[in-house]
Amino acid sequence: MSKNKKLKASSKRAGTKISGTIAIFVFLFVLGVFMALPIYLAVVMSIKPSQEWFIFPPKLYAIDPTLDNFRQMFRDAGKLWVPFSRYAANSFIVTVAVTTAQCFTASMAAFVLAKGRFKGSKFLNSIIVISLLYQSNVIYIVQYMVIAKLGMIDTYLALILPSVATPMGVFLMRQSISQLPDAMIEAAKVDGADMFRICWNVVMPNQKPALMTLVIFAFQAAWNIQANTYVFNEALKTLPTAVAQAAAAGIAKQGVAMAAAVFMLIPPVTVFMLAQKNVIETMAHSGIKD
Amino acid sequence: MKGRRRTVEKKKKAKNKKENLECWLMLAPFLLFFVVFTVIPVLISLPVGFTNFDMINKPDFVGLSNYKTLFLSDRIFIRSIRVTLIFAIFSGPVSYALCFFLAWLINELPPKLKTIFTLIFYAPSMANVYTVWQLIFSGDQYGYLNSILLDLGIITSAKQWLTDSNYILFVVITVQLWISLGAGFLALRAGFQNIDRSMYEAGAIEGIKNRWQELIYITIPAMKPQMMFAAVMQIVAAFTADIAGRNLVGFPSTDYAAHTIMTHAFDYGWIRYEMGYSSAICTVLFIIMFAANKLISKLLAKED
Repeated sequence: MSKNKKLKASSKRAGTKISGTIAIFVFLFVLGVFMALPIYLAVVMSIKPSQEWFIFPPKLYAIDPTLDNFRQMFRDAGKLWVPFSRYAANSFIVTVAVTTAQCFTASMAAFVLAKGRFKGSKFLNSIIVISLLYQSNVIYIVQYMVIAKLGMIDTYLALILPSVATPMGVFLMRQSISQLPDAMIEAAKVDGADMFRICWNVVMPNQKPALMTLVIFAFQAAWNIQANTYVFNEALKTLPTAVAQAAAAGIAKQGVAMAAAVFMLIPPVTVFMLAQKNVIETMAHSGIKD
Repeated sequence: MKGRRRTVEKKKKAKNKKENLECWLMLAPFLLFFVVFTVIPVLISLPVGFTNFDMINKPDFVGLSNYKTLFLSDRIFIRSIRVTLIFAIFSGPVSYALCFFLAWLINELPPKLKTIFTLIFYAPSMANVYTVWQLIFSGDQYGYLNSILLDLGIITSAKQWLTDSNYILFVVITVQLWISLGAGFLALRAGFQNIDRSMYEAGAIEGIKNRWQELIYITIPAMKPQMMFAAVMQIVAAFTADIAGRNLVGFPSTDYAAHTIMTHAFDYGWIRYEMGYSSAICTVLFIIMFAANKLISKLLAKED
C-alpha cells in the first residue's frame, strides 16, 4: 500500500524516469564502494588475528576472524586506574548533557537570530561566522585559564560547559530557519503567541531535518570529548582516553588499535542511523500528505 | 483620530520592546556560554601575536617583530602558505562540489537507500582510521596500493607514497577529500530533505522537463542558506587542514611537502612553545580565510 502512495507522489514530479534513478544508484554504488573501503578494511583488521597481519599479498578479508582484539582492548582498558564502566558512565553523562544542552541553546538562539527583530542581530550573526573562521592554539590556553578561574578544573563541568554553545550549531539552525516564510511567524504573533512559544510550537516542528543534523554533530563532538587538559582525576575521564590508552603504541597492538577505532564508531553511527531515519521518514510522509 | 494613532503607536512600541526583551532572553543561554568559552578566549588570544609568550613567563610585547620574521625570514612559513593554497584550491572546490552533487543524487533515491548512502559518504568524517590509510599507501609491498599496482604491472617497484615528496601532497589531498563529506554535506542533505515537494509539482505544471531543470530552477534557489553554511564549513576544513597530514606522512613531512600553515602553527605552539609566534601565524591564516569567505559569499549571493 505504501508503495502505491509513493508512486503517486513521485509521478507528480516531472521527468524523473526510473532509468535515471537506476543510473544514479549505480553511480553512487560504485563511488560508495571506494568510500567505504577504508572503513571496511578497519573492520577487517579489527577481527584479523595477529598472525594474518603480514601475509603477502595483503588480503581484503580475515581468513580466521576473531574477536580477540576487542577482548584484549576491554581487558587492557579494565586494567587502568578505574573500572571500565566508570569511563563509560562518564562518557554517557557528558554526551547526553552536551547534546541536549547544545540543541536547546542553539535552537532558541538560531530562531531569534533568523527571525527576531532586535538591535544587534546582524552584528551577532557575523560574530558567529567569524568565530568559526578564527582558529588558534592560544584559544585553548585561554580556555584553560577561564576554566581554572571558574574553579572547574577536575569537575564534570569542565567536560560539559565549554561544548554547550557552538557557533556551528547556531549557524546551521539559523540558515535553516531563515527559509521559513515570515508570514508564518507574523500569523502566530497575531494569535498572541510570544517568541518562546513560536519557537517551540511553530518553528521547531518544521525544523526536523536541521535539528536531527545538529543532534548528529553534537553527539559526535560530545562523544569524542577528552579534555585531558582540564581533567586530571582519572575517575572523571571519558572513554576516548581509556580506549586510546588501551590501544597505545606498538605494532603488536595494531589490531587492538583498530578494534578501538571500530568500537568508538559504533555509538555515533547508531545515533546517525536513528536521526537520519527519523528525518527521511517524516519528510516522506509530509510529502505524500498534500 | 490623532489620539488613536498615538495609542496604536505606543502599543506597537511596547510590543517591540517586549519582543526585544524576549529575543535577548532566548539568546541568553547560548550567549552566556559562547561569550565565556569562545568570545573571551578569542579576544584575549588576538594580541598574543604581538608578544613573545612561552606559556611560563608573562607575554612580552614585541610589536610587529613576529610578523616581520614570518614574512621576511621564515622560509618554511612561505612554503606553508604555498602548500595551504594548493591544498585549499584542490580540496576545497572539489569537496564542495562533491558535497552538493552527492547530497542531490542521494535525494533522488528511495528513502531506505537514502539513509544507507548518506551513512556511507558521511562515515569517513566520523571515523579515525588513518592507520588504514597508512597501510593502503605503505611504502613496502605490503601496502595495498603498491601491491595492486605491482600486480597489474602499472609500476615496477614499490613507490614511497608517504615519504616521497612528489606524492605526499597528492596522498594527503586524497585522504582529506575522503573525510571532507562532513558537516557541509549533511547540512545540504537536510536542506534537500526540507524542500517543499509541492514546489516540484508546481514546477512540473509550469513546464520543468527533467531533473536538471528542477535542480537549477527550483532546488538551488531554495537551498541558498545551506549552500552558504556548507561553503563556510568547507573553507574552514580546507584551510585548516593539518591533522590528516601529520597522521599520514608524519611530522615534519619530507621536504615539508605537507606542511600547511596550521601545521606550522602547531610546530611553534605545541612543540617549541613559542605561543606568540604561533598566534601570529594563526592570525595570518584567519585573514586569508576571512578574505576567502568574503569572496565566496559574494559569488553565492551573485547567482540570485
